[in-house]
Amino acid sequence: MLLREVEYARPASVGDAVRLLAERDGARALAGGQTLVNVMKARAASPDVVVDLNGLEELKGIELGPDGTLEIGAMTTYTEIVESAEARARPILGEVCAQIADVQVRNRGTIGGNVCSNDPTNHLPPLVVALGGTMTIRGTGGERTVPAEEFFLGVYMTAAGPGELLTTVTIPAGKADGFASLPIGRDGTCIVNVAASLDGGAPRVVVGCVDAVPVLVRPESAEDDAVRGAVRAAGLQPPDDVHAPAEYRRHLAEVLAVRAVRAAKERAS
Amino acid sequence: MTPETARTIAVDVNGVSYEREVEARKLLIHFLRDDLDLTGSHVGCDTGNCGACSVLLDGVLLKSCMLLAVQADGTSIRTVEGLGSDGELDALQQAFADHHALQCGYCTPGMLMSASWLLERNPRPSEEEIRRAIQGNICRCTGYVNIVRAVQAASGQEVSE
Ligand SMILES: Cc1cc2nc3c(=O)[nH]c(=O)nc-3n(C[C@H](O)[C@H](O)[C@H](O)COP(=O)(O)OP(=O)(O)OC[C@H]3O[C@@H](n4cnc5c(N)ncnc54)[C@H](O)[C@@H]3O)c2cc1C
Ligand code: FES
Ligand code: FES
Repeated sequence: MLLREVEYARPASVGDAVRLLAERDGARALAGGQTLVNVMKARAASPDVVVDLNGLEELKGIELGPDGTLEIGAMTTYTEIVESAEARARPILGEVCAQIADVQVRNRGTIGGNVCSNDPTNHLPPLVVALGGTMTIRGTGGERTVPAEEFFLGVYMTAAGPGELLTTVTIPAGKADGFASLPIGRDGTCIVNVAASLDGGAPRVVVGCVDAVPVLVRPESAEDDAVRGAVRAAGLQPPDDVHAPAEYRRHLAEVLAVRAVRAAKERAS
Repeated sequence: MTPETARTIAVDVNGVSYEREVEARKLLIHFLRDDLDLTGSHVGCDTGNCGACSVLLDGVLLKSCMLLAVQADGTSIRTVEGLGSDGELDALQQAFADHHALQCGYCTPGMLMSASWLLERNPRPSEEEIRRAIQGNICRCTGYVNIVRAVQAASGQEVSE
């Protein structure tokens, strides 16, 4: 496919990247390209400038702090997360990344791109909310942090606005996590997915694929009935499409929430 | 660096160095096929779903319809033309032929690259590992069974019935 004419820049630092993104209205960051390149082919968006983040070592890699906190650079690929010894500090991260798409997409797609594209069917938005992640965003004015549950604003819209970059995803220590999904194939895009974590008090259950943003539900306990009831009370209005009617998605949300919490409980003990 | 609509890039493809000016909007698959005349890699879907365009870039398996050619500047690329040598098939290609792992052959170049990437990292993969490794490659002819058998055979394993 021939893309619309576009300018390409490969900045040498995060500072340069942010400056370029701020200077030009039609500039877009290019991470793994596994969403953006398709969007450009379909001309759903035609940026004037793509600012290639590949090559910015500052945005790559995973650091494990002494307290078990993980600092994951936005440009870290799914494959790097799956293979990282550090990321095993919170095993669910690698387990979920291994379920995304296929080898080729996992080799290119990045944690930053996954959350910044905020496609409602993506795997990582519900996960980072369940794990209580924190997003570090850099703009020309400096750096700020946003809790994951406030990061997702709408379909393809996040707190990292025009002219800004997500630089780091911070995941606190923990292990009592679970993920359950009904993918369309063996791995890959889900009809509904649910991430759950029991670390840090009341369960955090986050349902994906049912709304423009991941839906955080806080059941009173991790008992099956409490989880099911809390998801029902959330009054989800999922989409109807070729893969499933809304009613079935509502049903799946409850079933998968129970499964995700059960998996988290097993990890807790 | 200032944004540009075209750049001169230097790449090594299957051991041959090339320097070419490319437009920023050109996808790597079209650079390989149209500019370098390496038409082994195919365009099946152009949406990142079928894997027919799979190549190794600095040793990493990816779909070349999902990357701009300018992004490949300074890299070393391996395409299906880089398998085998002197007109001889390599063990994997021979196993594909022996086990009827292709019919129309459209998916084969990508399938071979995915299977090569697997065997480099995992010389004796299980059937499940083989199936997961080729998940990003769609074949509309074979039903995959013979492809799995070919990869088993190429890795010196007993071929499942
Ligand atoms: C065949 C196929 C199957 C897929 N299946 C799945 C799946 O099962 N599950 C799943 O979760 N995803 C799936 N995806 C999507 C894939 O995971 C993408 O990699 C991901 O959505 C985007 O990540 P990326 O690094 O490729 O980002 P890009 O495509 O490069 O960027 C996406 C968007 O995010 C912006 N962006 C990227 N990084 C930053 C940053 N650091 N700061 C600010 N903005 C940024 C870009 O400007 C762009 O708008 C699939 C994709 C394909 C092609
Ligand atoms: S043509 Fe690239 S994945 Fe189908
Ligand atoms: S052999 Fe025809 S698509 Fe695979």
